[in-house]
Amino acid sequence: MESIKDRVAIVGMGCTKFGENWDKSSDDMIIEAVYEACEDATITPQDVQALWIGSYWSNLPAPSQPLATLLKLDYKPITRLENMCATASDALRNAAYAVASGVCDIALAIGVEKLKDSGYSGLPTDDIAMGLVSTAPNTFRSRNFTAPGHFAMMATSYFNKYGLDPEQGRTMLAKIMVKNHHNGTMSPKAHFRREITVEQVLNAPIIAWPLGLLDCCGVSDGAAAAIVVRRDMVKNFRADPVFIKASQIAVGPSEGYMNPKNDWTMVKETYRAGQAAYQEAGVKDPRKEISMAEVHDCFSITEAVIYEDLQFSPRGRCKEDIEAGTFELTGELPVNMDGGLKCFGHPIGASGLRMVYELYKQIQGKAGPRQIENPGLGLAHNLGGTPGGCTISVNIVGP
Amino acid sequence: MVGITSYGVYIPFYRLNRVEVAKSWGGFQLPGEKAVANFDEDTVTMGVEACRACLKGFDNGDIDSLYLASTTFPYAEKQSSALVAGVLDLDQSVATVDISGTLRCGSSAVRIAMDAIKAGSADNALVCASDLRLGLPNGAKELEFGDGAAAFLIGSADVVATIDNMYTVNHEIFDVFRPAQERFVRSWEDRFVREVGYIKVVSEAVRAALQAFDMEPGDFAKVVFGSPNPVYLSGAAKAAGFDPKAQAVDPLWGMIGNTGSAHSLILLCAALDEAKPGDKLLWVNYGDGCDVLTLTVTDEIAKIQKRQIVKRLVDSKAHTTYQKYLRWRDIIATEPPMRPRTEPASAVALYRDRKCGLALYGSKCRNCGTIQYPVQRICMECRTKDDFDYYPFADKQGKIVTFSHDNLAVSPDPPSTLAAVDFEEGGRIMMDITDRDPSQITVGMPLEMTFRKFRRTEGVQVYWWKSRPIR
Repeated sequence: MESIKDRVAIVGMGCTKFGENWDKSSDDMIIEAVYEACEDATITPQDVQALWIGSYWSNLPAPSQPLATLLKLDYKPITRLENMCATASDALRNAAYAVASGVCDIALAIGVEKLKDSGYSGLPTDDIAMGLVSTAPNTFRSRNFTAPGHFAMMATSYFNKYGLDPEQGRTMLAKIMVKNHHNGTMSPKAHFRREITVEQVLNAPIIAWPLGLLDCCGVSDGAAAAIVVRRDMVKNFRADPVFIKASQIAVGPSEGYMNPKNDWTMVKETYRAGQAAYQEAGVKDPRKEISMAEVHDCFSITEAVIYEDLQFSPRGRCKEDIEAGTFELTGELPVNMDGGLKCFGHPIGASGLRMVYELYKQIQGKAGPRQIENPGLGLAHNLGGTPGGCTISVNIVGP
Repeated sequence: MVGITSYGVYIPFYRLNRVEVAKSWGGFQLPGEKAVANFDEDTVTMGVEACRACLKGFDNGDIDSLYLASTTFPYAEKQSSALVAGVLDLDQSVATVDISGTLRCGSSAVRIAMDAIKAGSADNALVCASDLRLGLPNGAKELEFGDGAAAFLIGSADVVATIDNMYTVNHEIFDVFRPAQERFVRSWEDRFVREVGYIKVVSEAVRAALQAFDMEPGDFAKVVFGSPNPVYLSGAAKAAGFDPKAQAVDPLWGMIGNTGSAHSLILLCAALDEAKPGDKLLWVNYGDGCDVLTLTVTDEIAKIQKRQIVKRLVDSKAHTTYQKYLRWRDIIATEPPMRPRTEPASAVALYRDRKCGLALYGSKCRNCGTIQYPVQRICMECRTKDDFDYYPFADKQGKIVTFSHDNLAVSPDPPSTLAAVDFEEGGRIMMDITDRDPSQITVGMPLEMTFRKFRRTEGVQVYWWKSRPIR
């Protein structure tokens, strides 16, 4: 099996402002992200040879025709896909694979989500994930399911296993959220741009014990896009391309739901996708070789466990690194430089490309006040599902 | 001899204090409390609980008849006893019958079961009565009605109490009644209901029955009167020649209320819990007439008495509020949260899923022995395909691996407590925890399974299982 490492380059990216985009439709956001990416790559949408569009909950009226209609594309291959919250990452992987295969020179990956037309805060509950959590699809024989409820179970188990009382555990998690909020203040396109304190996190209303409101990410609208080309073509586009070093997805067989061996203190899919990506990129010591990461902080506990599953921190000891400031913007391994899902926002089907957008801008030195020094390899971790069973994408990019 | 070979009751976990109800309306105050079913319970789920309690230690495969009695079946056309048979995983050859229309339906079901066994058309009949009746808010019925269920296994082997005599009368009267299209029970003036209905009919039926049986009030260690409240009971008992204080079984009016068609069956179970071998019991049940039965307790009673069924469930309780009760019964409409439309369940999918979903069967791999839920055609450990035995989870206990209390999930009893539950012999199911005090939930806490209602869409009621702290 060959590696994708350095065979595909990202030469253009676009990302809308994330947030409650009351005045923009999903079409508006797609146009905005795609044209930003095309202008960045100095091409037009007509130059693209194949497109992958990812969306999860937006109820686009049809799989792919709306995109051709919207962009007035000239009879090109378009594929609509979804892979839960890792949808955009999978769109990028598909586009990259097409280019790596040699059958396509220029491909476009788009992720978009319009959540705020729905009339509710938070995500729909269990219906769409019913195949995962009920006895059988369409029976609705299922526990009363929300995303925070499931991730809260990981916090309960983590605290219990590592001997943290609820206050110690929640304080540890609050520090992650304070970090991401701080970073978000420096992201002009982020949904939430204000500092918060540990006390505010601890005192926020409880959403799903032990997680409070400020342990949970935003529910946002947004779109992001990337143009990928063959390595040998990059000089036609720009001097500072970003290369794909690894693109891995691991989908778990829902062991957390069914297998007593799974104790809900780790996400095995993250570990496995991380291992596969490190191998593909030739990374031996992630903590040293990865210089920055955008990870799926849908909830505070998720980011904590990701540190361990991606081997940034030893198992059960992320607390020490959190307290040492390891993952802060000025720390040893900055994580969620743009504010993460927590503050940049989480339009489900767009988030994976937003993560890569930040890594791309950091590598090009265009991250403004949140720019880190000497960025090398950047890792994007994107989770779709719940800790009990999920899709994990790990993309590694670098100069 | 034919009689009761086992019995079980179900009294819901929650109690509603009558004074709290009266305070809400500034009205007439009654003492005590009543048992109220949780929002996820109905006549069927309570009946299942009573049957499971009754069948503990018995082989479901021996049952050949199921008589389910209630005035509050969830469907007018669709048999609840067939549903209960599916949940209990009874054989398809079991004769299922729903018996309704009167508060006497429970004792009538026992009479029918006795007749069937004596006639040789049945050997082991499971009889269950379950009721969840509604009285209009700010009325005496709302204060008095409680929810509950009881079940008897009727047969001729190892009988714990023989049923020796049966007597019945019918009696047409508008005393307590509920038109088919209405939710709330109506009644005529209380004095008419008590004097011309209950006391007259019961006392005359009991006297006539005892004469027919050639027995006297003094023959009975205990008498069970199915009655709406202690005043009715005492009036009828005296008129029939009994000493209510010495002989009548406590109607539990102040603890669980009048549980409708299940009521006298629950009281009979309470009497059996306390009875001595050789005791003679009289069982009187009223509703559009009167059933009178006599029983003799046998030496076998000790094995069932160990369970102390009634006292344990009466004592296992927590209090809910009147506001919650009104919401649970859909009596007041609350503002719905802004959420997507509730997707309808598919009757087809429910049909395919009945063994796994209704009877809570998972699979056990024949190659590696791994237990898993729901049924996995490909084993999650060894990947063996289509080589498994069905494995029952319903009678197994589990423990909490991890949990959360979810305020975002829409629930009439927030927060919604969900858990990963690991079972004693293996297997894990993600489940709601119901009938719980959130402050008492801890990792490692033991749980038992309970059959409950889930969503109801387009007339299709979805049932499945939840877990609860052990009662």
